[in-house]
Amino acid sequence: MNSSTEADHGAASSDDAAVAGAPEKASAAVPGPPAERGVPKWRRTLRPYLLIVPALLLTGGILYPFGLGLYYTVFDFAASKPQPDFVGLENYRRIFTDSSFWDSAWVTVLYAVGAAAVETVLGVAVALLLHRSTLVGRVLEKVLILPLMIAPVIAAIIWKLMLQPSVGVVNHLLRPFGLGGVQWTDTPTGALLSSIAVDVWVYTPFVAILALAGLRSLPASPFEAAAVDGAGWWFTFRKLTMPMLWPYVLVAVIFRFMDSLKVFDIIYALTEGGPGDSTVVLQIRAYLEAIRFQRYSFGLSYMIVLWAVVYLAAMVLVRYLGRIQNRAAEVPK
Amino acid sequence: MDMHGHLGHDRRRFLALAAAASSVPLLSACGAGFGGGDSRSDGSAADDVTGSFDWRRHKGTTVRALLNKHPYTDALIADLKAFTAKTGIKVEYDVFPEDNYFDKLTVDLSSGRASYDIFMLGAYMVWQYGPPGWLEDLGPWMRNESATGAEWDQDDFLPSLLEGTQWSLKAGTPLGQGGQYALPWGWEANVVAYNMEVFDKLGLRPAESFDELRELAGTIKRKAPGAGFDGMYGVAVRGSRSWATIHPGFMTMFSRYKLKDFTVDGESLKPAMNSPEAITFTRDWADMVKKGGPPSWTSYTWYQCSSDLGAKKAGMLFDADTAAYFQAVKGASPAAGKIAFHPGPKGPDGSLATNMWIWSLGMNAKSEKKSAAWLFLQWATGKEHLRKGAIEYNHIDPVRKSVSEDPAYRDKMSELPGFIETFEAVQDQTRIQFTPQEQFFDATTSWASALQEIYGGKSAGPVLNGLADDLASKVG
Repeated sequence: MNSSTEADHGAASSDDAAVAGAPEKASAAVPGPPAERGVPKWRRTLRPYLLIVPALLLTGGILYPFGLGLYYTVFDFAASKPQPDFVGLENYRRIFTDSSFWDSAWVTVLYAVGAAAVETVLGVAVALLLHRSTLVGRVLEKVLILPLMIAPVIAAIIWKLMLQPSVGVVNHLLRPFGLGGVQWTDTPTGALLSSIAVDVWVYTPFVAILALAGLRSLPASPFEAAAVDGAGWWFTFRKLTMPMLWPYVLVAVIFRFMDSLKVFDIIYALTEGGPGDSTVVLQIRAYLEAIRFQRYSFGLSYMIVLWAVVYLAAMVLVRYLGRIQNRAAEVPK
Repeated sequence: MDMHGHLGHDRRRFLALAAAASSVPLLSACGAGFGGGDSRSDGSAADDVTGSFDWRRHKGTTVRALLNKHPYTDALIADLKAFTAKTGIKVEYDVFPEDNYFDKLTVDLSSGRASYDIFMLGAYMVWQYGPPGWLEDLGPWMRNESATGAEWDQDDFLPSLLEGTQWSLKAGTPLGQGGQYALPWGWEANVVAYNMEVFDKLGLRPAESFDELRELAGTIKRKAPGAGFDGMYGVAVRGSRSWATIHPGFMTMFSRYKLKDFTVDGESLKPAMNSPEAITFTRDWADMVKKGGPPSWTSYTWYQCSSDLGAKKAGMLFDADTAAYFQAVKGASPAAGKIAFHPGPKGPDGSLATNMWIWSLGMNAKSEKKSAAWLFLQWATGKEHLRKGAIEYNHIDPVRKSVSEDPAYRDKMSELPGFIETFEAVQDQTRIQFTPQEQFFDATTSWASALQEIYGGKSAGPVLNGLADDLASKVG
């Protein structure tokens, strides 16, 4: 409405200028908002294209190396083979017939599902607690984001020291309970769970903040109506809060799940993929192949496979998010 | 047609695509590209240097160096003014911590650019960086009297060190043949350092055999905490899932048992770390770590091992002598003044075969300032700087005979019980004990992974056989 009013006003002003014998150039201006008056047509035509240049550059900055990476995967490019041969899909065949890949894929999925699930449950729980406007809640809300301000690799190094069995603070605190001798990262299960725990420590606040924002944006009227009808806390939570909150939670889940599928820093800093190959996720294997062992094409093929996995997972989750959003929109507000 | 739904769907798909795609450019943007190092010329740039040798031939030039954070580097940087005063060449340098130094160097060299003219590398890296043509063969420079001053004195280097950085670039061929792809600058022998205090209190003596070492490690872990050494365990050895776990104590003891990583069969390599003797040794090593090693061993790097010796958490350290030296010097740690050195257990036939790490300096084959870079390499590996580094700084383990025999150096090092005796006992048998081959880092990382699995309780035989099968297809 505002824009049309301004347009009308602008047109009227142009007419006035013509009557007053204003220069021909000004009277020839196309009707539009006052700010547009006197702006040459070529600039107005060009402006939309200029506005999308940053987006195009950003997209190109992602897609060019992606395309280049994809291109390399059909060669056998390595430090030992600087003039590579075209090998078609051989790198992918090697990956899919190698048991190491399936081991890594399994560890990657376990990690991503475990981390995303725990972070979601904890994040929503924290958000529900903080939603009550108490002094403690307001203070904790500020403190909550502190782990997010620490680089994950630094967090992993800090936790590595804290989990050190002989001098780490975690075992020191557990010692009175007879648990001072736990070797956190020395067993395959312990190493995976420790890695997930660090991820949870870093990223639960992210989920909590998104969920808290969602909670605060929910309309008050359905809750007031439920209270008038005498609905209990559990009923309200199950039938009102969660259905309306789901779109926000799912956004957090999508981010965390996709990020966890691509995890590198936390695991590499904590276990380097060990003990054995027990925490070698796909990203670590790709790094080892491409950077450490300098088999570039093979490492990139791993990355493309990982990309495909993340893409498919994102497709499914985003589609589900759309459905949830539609369903939430049906809840009376 | 549901235009809104269609656009919404596409937008979502694009978002998903973009988010996922962001993971892939990580690698392709790292600088790896075809042509990263294939244009090797047969003629060396050293041939262009003629006339009489002149340190000031390139005054006004700036060379760039990539360095790893290390006490040897500190000594070099502290003395750089002397180089600039002598040559008129300015040195710009970047120093990176060891954790990501080699990734940085690898990416930089593989990009085919000459970002750095000179860099630090280990002798093992010659096997990785040499075949793609990233390293300048320094042999022609060493042989050219116009480029190399007489006082540089090649014969003064310990022969095994120069040989350790010379290779024919052919897998399985012994070191000491072919191009000189780096110059030794500092080295580290893998020997045993121990806490004299706990040894005295428990009435122990350094182990002379591997069986004794295993027994000793277990004894210290059992008895030391009750003797006033709270939380002390027996022996600190590396255990992280990294190639660096294999090369120090493990490879040294492995070699003293006359065991091999690979056997050379004509033109191919056959993994030998699964021979019956190697399986027994590896099982015993893992057993020693379980009974007398550090808690959380699978995360142990040289840093934790060294720190534990200094903090009196470890009774012994089987690792690089420098890792113990930097805890042993006065005021460096709670254990300073109480750390002694010993060659470590002998093999069944009395062998003191020792594996070593050689910190070396190399030249980028793509450098456009090779002649100036060579002057820098000569100076950094020359008698004057290395003597100063060894005596005034902490550039210990000299690569030059003249420095190791220097009375001032021997005086300084004699403050550390057993250091010079150990150095001299192992020196003749210290060399790189691995078989040179391009897949060294893959092979040793997998080997460390296998060692972790055996430590975790898996049977050594099947694990090492699986490793050998895997490596046979990659290396053979």
